[in-house]
Amino acid sequence: MTYIAKPKVAHPGLPRNKLGLTSRDYEGTVSTLCAGCGHDSVTTAIIQAVFELNIEPHNLAKMSGIGCSSKTPAYFVSQSHGFNAVHGRMPSVTTGANAANRDLTYIGVSGDGDSLSIGLGQFVHAIRRNLNMCYIIENNGVYGLTKGQFSASADIGSKPKKGMANQQEPIDSVSTALSLGATYIARSFSGDKEQLVPLIQGALLHDGFALVDVISPCVTFNDHEGSTKSYAHTRQFYHQVVDMDYVPPAEELKVAYDDGEAMPVELHDGSKIVLRKMDKRYDPTSRASSFKYLRDHFNRGEITTGLLYLDESRKEMHDLMGNVDTPLARLPLESLHPGADELRKILKRYR
Amino acid sequence: MATINDVVIKIATVNGTGSASANGLLRKAIFRMGIPVVGKNYFPSNIQGLPTWYEIRVTGEGYQSRSGRLDIMVAMNAQTYVKDLGDVSPGGWLIYDSTWPRSKLIDREDITVLGVPLSRMCNETFEGARARILMKNIAYVGVVAALLEIDLDIITALLEETFADKSHLIESNMQAIRLGYDYAIENFICPLPKKVAAMDKTKGHIVIDGNTAAGLGCMYAGATVGAWYPITPSTSLMDAFRNFCGKYRVEPKTGKRTYCIIQAEDELAAIGMVLGASWNGARSFTPTSGPGISLMNEFIGYAYYAEIPAVIFDVQRTGPSTGMPTRTQQSDILSCAYASHGDTRHVLLFPADPYECFHMAVQSFDIAERLQTPVMVLSDLDIGMNDWMIPEFEWDESYVPDRGKILSADDLEHMENFYRYLDVDGDGIPYRSLPGVHPKGSYFTRGSGHTKHGGYTENPVDYQDVVDRLLVKWETARKTLPKPDIEYSKFNKAGLLTIGSGHAACVEALDRLREQNVNLNYCRAKAFPFSDEIRQFIEDHEVIYVVEQNRDAQLRSLLILDIEADQSKLISLLHYNGVPINAGFVVDGVLAEISKGRAA
Repeated sequence: MTYIAKPKVAHPGLPRNKLGLTSRDYEGTVSTLCAGCGHDSVTTAIIQAVFELNIEPHNLAKMSGIGCSSKTPAYFVSQSHGFNAVHGRMPSVTTGANAANRDLTYIGVSGDGDSLSIGLGQFVHAIRRNLNMCYIIENNGVYGLTKGQFSASADIGSKPKKGMANQQEPIDSVSTALSLGATYIARSFSGDKEQLVPLIQGALLHDGFALVDVISPCVTFNDHEGSTKSYAHTRQFYHQVVDMDYVPPAEELKVAYDDGEAMPVELHDGSKIVLRKMDKRYDPTSRASSFKYLRDHFNRGEITTGLLYLDESRKEMHDLMGNVDTPLARLPLESLHPGADELRKILKRYR
Repeated sequence: MATINDVVIKIATVNGTGSASANGLLRKAIFRMGIPVVGKNYFPSNIQGLPTWYEIRVTGEGYQSRSGRLDIMVAMNAQTYVKDLGDVSPGGWLIYDSTWPRSKLIDREDITVLGVPLSRMCNETFEGARARILMKNIAYVGVVAALLEIDLDIITALLEETFADKSHLIESNMQAIRLGYDYAIENFICPLPKKVAAMDKTKGHIVIDGNTAAGLGCMYAGATVGAWYPITPSTSLMDAFRNFCGKYRVEPKTGKRTYCIIQAEDELAAIGMVLGASWNGARSFTPTSGPGISLMNEFIGYAYYAEIPAVIFDVQRTGPSTGMPTRTQQSDILSCAYASHGDTRHVLLFPADPYECFHMAVQSFDIAERLQTPVMVLSDLDIGMNDWMIPEFEWDESYVPDRGKILSADDLEHMENFYRYLDVDGDGIPYRSLPGVHPKGSYFTRGSGHTKHGGYTENPVDYQDVVDRLLVKWETARKTLPKPDIEYSKFNKAGLLTIGSGHAACVEALDRLREQNVNLNYCRAKAFPFSDEIRQFIEDHEVIYVVEQNRDAQLRSLLILDIEADQSKLISLLHYNGVPINAGFVVDGVLAEISKGRAA
């Protein structure tokens, strides 16, 4: 993760949002992820989503843990505070941050390793509290920085670059969130910006815990034939990759499809994944029927995407606790204790 | 030997039988008579049905530690009867429930055994199994009151305060006390040669435990976010904070709260929440104990390196591992001082009693925010869960919280550039900005290598620049933390040095040693890193007796590591069986060293 600032030169004709800012004002430093990484597409989608929502940069807080995904908050909205926490612990930091200041907009970017292995406990407990945040999982089924181990979201039968195919049941963030009562659950694909941007916008605007699981392929370590989280990106001489600088560039994928259709995405290496847009029969307000639908389609090898569940009625963390509307961090300290006389009264009990 | 206001009473009961309120009543009544008193709990890691003891030390001289002697044992627990009998000091008394005579078990000639048919009397007087058990435990209060000459009017007044709105309970409790009292008056020679008599030595004092005092301190400090995972013996700290907030932190008009207590899924999450909240500008804390510190390590190192304030109360218990959760120790000193991987070191505060728990709770937030680093308050079970007589603490209305170097929107607006980790003032403490204040204040908080400007780095020079500057901050901490308490006479060649709850035992030991013409100087450290005064104190003596409550002489090691103290001078007196240290242990330890030819 090098730190390269982008030149701040913008075309005078760039569109401005209601704050008078251009999309360039929502950019971060130059990404150091592998060229063609799905995560960079998610970063672009986040920039567009925040720009279009007219969020003041300093009122956005960017939270992450450890991993390729967790580096990305450096690559968007430089004028926001970022918190790159320890591995798997972004949810707890965000919980504390939100407890202190409920007025900020919290966007957490995590990965399948960060959220579903080391951080599974914190992930599920943030859902239980209905923490008001947009929680993005950039899901590629693999550990990139440590060079290619399966993550907990790897599907049964998915093949690694070397060694045996995965035989363990995957942990699916969407059905996990559904079972725990998350109030906004979406799944998308990094190559489908058209679908992803509105889903992120909805998540940012949702009052409570909003999960956006984004299939975001790893072009370097999970891009071969037989991988279920793959673009099956062809690359010769790949076994040498130790230094990321040697990874050749790949083209971004773009897909677009109509409602109600299963969409086989043909990747440039010729393999396919199947994306399914929300069916007209799908009821995103019923946990039980959503769960069944998702499992049925999963068993057919399809990945269901879109806004999968929504419950706007449940209160978020502060309201569940009955906390004041003012951010706690902004209350003057002298207003938070009853003073010397009252202390004397309190201590009478201990005589 | 007949004494007035120098008696130790121990009550053996079964936990979950209401004995805690009976024991509290006894202890409070003596305190209300103006006599200094200390109460220590010895309880099992269990909810109901196991042996528990409460020890009341009546000490006209006002000492705070355990006595090591036992004058009167109230043996209410058949399960531990034999052991309890054995624990009574020669010349002492044993009170037992003679409803079931135990003549066969009484095999001591050197003590007096007083049988009171408590169960029989209560069974004849009260209805229902639960009431009979509870009242039996109240009845022994009457027996002890008669034997020691404790004022019954004061006991009545206390019951009236406790059960202000339940008058039938006042009546039944008083009735039970009378049963015990009258039986003792009729059957024994009352009072005993060791008795109590009203004094005037508790004015301006209270009896309170350290966790309650610390919880109150957090409320007064303006803490708004408390995150925790329940763990003995720290739980009552958050309970206290919750209770005080429930009373003083609810907006009268809206009924809404100005505090947020989050019961985390584990200690890893608890400290993560504290960091998130502190990063965002709230005063935030977590209470825990040794196992929790172990789990929090990674985040503590993060907070050190990313420079985020955090307040952690470690109410230490007996380790290692699960150890003995309801017993005391000072065995987390090193694991706190150097918590987490890599080069880390952390500010520690060592309160000696509940008085300092209150004040250091407030100070810890000031220090954490000033230094932008974790501050660990190392209390222990003895301080946290036992009843200490301390001067009433006062709130200074002129107190201005130290929020440290936080830039306002206005500051940021007028700055050309803000860089998070620049040492602008030369004290090693950079300026920080809070989220949501100004776009120019933004920075990327990270535990990965960073430059003084806040950017990611793998450059050796830039990396080293920041970690070296953290050492400058460390020296600033050394100069600004609470100073030690030192008693010094140039005529003494040896000194006693301790921290925290070792203080009470040392104060008493110094008096007892003086009676034997052994005069020692004294230093009680209140904070780590150790100040120059402590360095000087060690240099000024030929021998330093380091008194601490762990097996491995962790305080001694820390003195050697931090201020390169001459280790040949540092003689350890180590008490680590889980029971609070007492003066006798220190006296015996010092005298043994002197008999070996060590300087005094």
